[in-house]
Amino acid sequence: MENTQNWQNYIRLELASIPENVGLARITIASFVSQVDLTLNDLEEIKVATSEAVSNAIIHGYENNKNGKVIIEAIRQDDRLILTVEDYGKGIEDIEKAMEPAYSTDPERMGLGFVFMKSFMDQVHVNSTVGQGTKVTMEKILKPVKAIN
Amino acid sequence: MNIKTRVEQNALIVTVFGELDLVIAEQFKAVIEKELENLKINTLILDLKEVTFIDSSGLGAILSRYKMLSEKHGRMALINPQPAVKRILELSGILRIINIYEDLNRALAAI
Repeated sequence: MENTQNWQNYIRLELASIPENVGLARITIASFVSQVDLTLNDLEEIKVATSEAVSNAIIHGYENNKNGKVIIEAIRQDDRLILTVEDYGKGIEDIEKAMEPAYSTDPERMGLGFVFMKSFMDQVHVNSTVGQGTKVTMEKILKPVKAIN
Repeated sequence: MNIKTRVEQNALIVTVFGELDLVIAEQFKAVIEKELENLKINTLILDLKEVTFIDSSGLGAILSRYKMLSEKHGRMALINPQPAVKRILELSGILRIINIYEDLNRALAAI
């Protein structure tokens, strides 16, 4: 995490790896960024990106095992949101492949998780070690409605 | 129950309430499969009017029902999405394979 002196705000959530917590994470992050007056599209994009990262941690990181922990941190620093979603699950063997559109290890899924994260956030970085876990760091420039008008 | 079903003109109409994400995706898939099987219907119209959020888990659930119906030579349509949900549907590319209509009457007439 970055130097606290530069933060406008910071939160850390530690959640059990259960599907019900995807919505909890999404709503909490939406509330956090709503301290800036964003457009509805920007807010929706942040909600979807959060949902995708937390869903990935539960489905892929922990393979739906409910005993894992998902750590979410959000920083608002000047005009930036820095959002990290971390799990201590099985990790990703091939990050490049995992981030390809339509790639999914599950035929019931669309392989759009990382596509949405990359489309809706300005930067997405993935650090993963097989057997240790995955940390997704996303950044988005927050554009207040007043600045757009 | 966040999912309601009814039958009109030999089509199963499914209305989902709230957020179509990982929590509801499995229930969504199971309810539709069971209803289509029990009613011996192979036309599905998904009413999205009450869906306030969708992510790739929800999209995956919709796509998997479409695939299931296609294998049985069935048909599927989406109706009434709210603007934010419609935007995600458009960006996902799912509307290239599943038709979307403004309302139920138009969907029933078309499929």
